[in-house]
Amino acid sequence: MMLTEFTIAGARAALRDKEISAAELTLAHLEAIADLNPRLNAFITVTDEQAALQAARADKAIAAGQARPLTGIPLAIKDLFCTQGVRTTAGSRILENFVPPYESTVTARLLHDGAVFLGKANLDEFAMGSSNMTSAFGPVENPWKRSGGSNAVLVPGGSSGGSASAVSARLAMGATGTDTGGSIRQPAAFCGLAGIKPTYGRCSRWGVVAFASSLDQPGPFARTVQDCAILLGSMAGFDPKDSTSIDLAVPDFEAACRRGVRGLKIGVPREYRADGMPAEIERLWQQGLDWLRDAGAEIVDVSLPHTKYGLATYYIVAPAEASSNLARYDGVRFGLRADGQDLTELYEATRAEGFGEEVKRRILIGTYVLSAGYYDAYYLRAQKVRALILKDFTDAFATVDALLTPTAPSAAFAQGEKMNDPVAMYLNDVFTVPASMAGVPAMSVPAGLDSQGLPLGLQVIGRPYDEETVFAVSQVIEDSAGFSGKPALRAGVPA
Amino acid sequence: MSLDPATVRRIAKLARIRVQEADIPRLQGELNNILGWIEQLSEVDVAGVQPLTGGAQIALRLREDVVTDGNQAEAILANAPDRVGAFFTVPKVVE
Repeated sequence: MMLTEFTIAGARAALRDKEISAAELTLAHLEAIADLNPRLNAFITVTDEQAALQAARADKAIAAGQARPLTGIPLAIKDLFCTQGVRTTAGSRILENFVPPYESTVTARLLHDGAVFLGKANLDEFAMGSSNMTSAFGPVENPWKRSGGSNAVLVPGGSSGGSASAVSARLAMGATGTDTGGSIRQPAAFCGLAGIKPTYGRCSRWGVVAFASSLDQPGPFARTVQDCAILLGSMAGFDPKDSTSIDLAVPDFEAACRRGVRGLKIGVPREYRADGMPAEIERLWQQGLDWLRDAGAEIVDVSLPHTKYGLATYYIVAPAEASSNLARYDGVRFGLRADGQDLTELYEATRAEGFGEEVKRRILIGTYVLSAGYYDAYYLRAQKVRALILKDFTDAFATVDALLTPTAPSAAFAQGEKMNDPVAMYLNDVFTVPASMAGVPAMSVPAGLDSQGLPLGLQVIGRPYDEETVFAVSQVIEDSAGFSGKPALRAGVPA
Repeated sequence: MSLDPATVRRIAKLARIRVQEADIPRLQGELNNILGWIEQLSEVDVAGVQPLTGGAQIALRLREDVVTDGNQAEAILANAPDRVGAFFTVPKVVE
């Protein structure tokens, strides 16, 4: 078997049985990056020397019988996680030369568990986007191709587009992402991967460049549900440095994958039957429900009446928080500085030069909805609607154990599509945003291919802090779907 | 509510982002498009609803008011775009 085709679980066993070495596993991925990254642009920074050192250390640990959960597993890290001594850009010109003097809690936990970091993955600027087209370091290509020899370059989704593209093309075995309104789940669906946004607070936000603090949540990407469970087990956990971190023990997510769904009640939110949803996505959704019923679950219709207001609420709350969080980029203490005659000019020139168009748009919207005279009409009202959205979920979870929906309203679209109308781009997140607003865990699982041969995902949404049920349901979907599709562009395949 | 050019300039000023005069009409159109779309929230009945500020029902923790970190001047200054000794520099603000 090619080294880049291993799952994390498979590589973990092969490493412990000394069938493969961490050094050769890392090298295979670095070679794949050298081959394909010039085209995919999934990594902004490749840390090959550091990766080789970490792999050598992993081999020593294994030889000494001191392997930890991720010893020798090569990963991509979204370039929103601060990594000590390694440039962290957030996909923005304004942080182009920023080298953090500290390590984020999530990446520190992964390193502690023995992971090897291949490099920093591309993303939409400050994680604001659904296509990876807003990165200051250029767009990322989705390794999947439409069938019939189409040359269209597809987007990997966003904002964690580089993470998704890298894992899909076998440049990394797994990756970290962050999800504010769908930034793990939508790219996972577009690239044929599993990806979970855990409950808000499950993974520490400390050392993650902030976008919208009440929504941002780190989570993993991998090619299987079980691999996501392994990664989340390392990433999650209480952190006193994040005031919204949950002080709860981390369950055995991997064991939860094997629970099955017998006796569970799965809700179908009727409001997700959006007008204009492609028939094949509708069919796949029904298929997913049938699989769960066949595995012993009971399917129940539920109502989440405020679903249609999720996106509009999000596009008030997230820009408002972003306008506040991004105030720190002023050209004084770190990041880009542009010249100005006085301090105000320095601020204004730095921010005009350093931020891209989408980031500026969101800062301006956020500044407006928080400004005197408009705060009550926009921001306060949005926070009240957010409370109603949470209540919808709380009510639904009084009768069901999890919800099943499509992840996105379409398969991956081409670069250049949906670019002229910000609102059309925002609509990509219509199915993912409500779970973000409510802070509940949600996972995208690859469930099939559309008529053009592109992957489609189903989303499993669970109760707060109940990722275990989300993993159990997702595993049944993965097993039933038997998804075996691979992208056209991947390690070992001549381009 | 629809933004006029003066309001766009005022917001940009508040956000400390320099905007060229030639870009005002485009920004005005884009922002009004977004604001027009989020206007739909005005139809929701929110009477008596307590605003939700954070994620799922979280009460912020308190901790002891003690120093847990410090003496990191070099690390803090390491990314400064410009510095003199142990100080960040800015253009002269006092004549």
